[in-house]
Amino acid sequence: MAFASKSPWVIHYDGSSCNGCDIEVLAALCPGYDVERFGIINTGNPKHADIFLVTGSVNEQNKAVIREIYDQMVEPKVVVACGICACTGGIFHDCYNVLGGVDSVIPVDVYAPGCAVCPENIIDAVVQGVAVLDEKSKALKKKRKEAAL
Amino acid sequence: MDLFYVLVGTVVFAVGGPVLGCLLAGIDRKVTARMQGRVGPSLLQPYYDVRKLLEKDRVAVNSSEEVYVATALVFTLLAGGIFFSGGNLLLCVFVVTLSALFFIVAAWCTRSPYAEVGASRETLQVMAYEPMVLFMAIGYALGIASMTGFLSFDVRAAFYMPAPVILSNVLVFAGLLFVLTIKLRKSPFDLSYSHHAHQELVKGVTTEMSGRTLAMVEIIHWCENVLFLGWVGLFFIWNSAASILLALAVVAAVYFLEIWIDNNFARVKWQAMLKGAWVVALVAGVVNIGAFVVL
Repeated sequence: MAFASKSPWVIHYDGSSCNGCDIEVLAALCPGYDVERFGIINTGNPKHADIFLVTGSVNEQNKAVIREIYDQMVEPKVVVACGICACTGGIFHDCYNVLGGVDSVIPVDVYAPGCAVCPENIIDAVVQGVAVLDEKSKALKKKRKEAAL
Repeated sequence: MDLFYVLVGTVVFAVGGPVLGCLLAGIDRKVTARMQGRVGPSLLQPYYDVRKLLEKDRVAVNSSEEVYVATALVFTLLAGGIFFSGGNLLLCVFVVTLSALFFIVAAWCTRSPYAEVGASRETLQVMAYEPMVLFMAIGYALGIASMTGFLSFDVRAAFYMPAPVILSNVLVFAGLLFVLTIKLRKSPFDLSYSHHAHQELVKGVTTEMSGRTLAMVEIIHWCENVLFLGWVGLFFIWNSAASILLALAVVAAVYFLEIWIDNNFARVKWQAMLKGAWVVALVAGVVNIGAFVVL
């Protein structure tokens, strides 16, 4: 059994969100939805995080930041695009400075659409992300065992 | 013979300390959640967290950081071994401080600006609580001396006393409670390493620690909590089996109080912590110890 799914710590980054999705992400952590029931903790540190929640679309300004946070996260890791802007660029997709969704810079594992994405959807996406996390954790374990042989 | 007891104690503490500490941390998170009107994670959540951290990939920023943290863990276990085998309280205090110093060096050696902020705050925390912790050991020894005529720092001496040490150490105990909030890393004094992301500069002293190293930091924290609560309980021990129950009840009440404080106070600036802790140490420690000398 992989323990990755038992304690998914998240880091939240606001790309260029209108704050609608950010508020919903934080609402999921508040008493009403209490995601800590599932061991989910909001960390401020990419090195401690397992799940990367990105809100808002990607532009030239935040491209490097998203890349940097993703690179600093330790494997196994999962990326969840929260809200339609993070998924595809949303209503801003044809703005002159918008590159598109988060998947235009880093690989995304789970897409949670919505404008704004509701907390139930975020929890659902994180639960799906946790399953991916488990698979990645098992693959990493296997790789380590093979390396040891 | 003493060395043998310490070694056995260390081995026992190396097994029992993390188990107890893990459960304490689980209770802490559960009680905290209930205080905030939440359901909270399962009791074994801290255990799951550490197991997950052990599964993570290894990406240390340098090769020495993990060695420093591992050394800090060893000294914490040794301090626990000294205390729970009934050894010298003063030595226990020094060894656990050594462990804190290794932890600070571990953060400093990464050269990360955020970890350095955490490390310097951790140093301030050590400076803040250390005088009171030393007064605690001295107060304990003088309390024993007032009953037997012999100055002894030995923890096991408490079990042969006609009365608990608290009777002559009320002020010292109050001072210990004050610095305990710093030592247990509870708000308002969780300056270097908070468990709550929203009030932290990245992640303070543990910013550059990940995976296995961070797991060790968690285990150190568990063991320290057990050890410090042991210090609290020691003040209520005397030559009676019932005293152990009393000590456990006091420890439970103190731990609940710390969780309550953690949930009700916002983080203070380091100046307030340092001044507060030193004033408390000066008043509680010096007055109490002065009373021993004068009376």
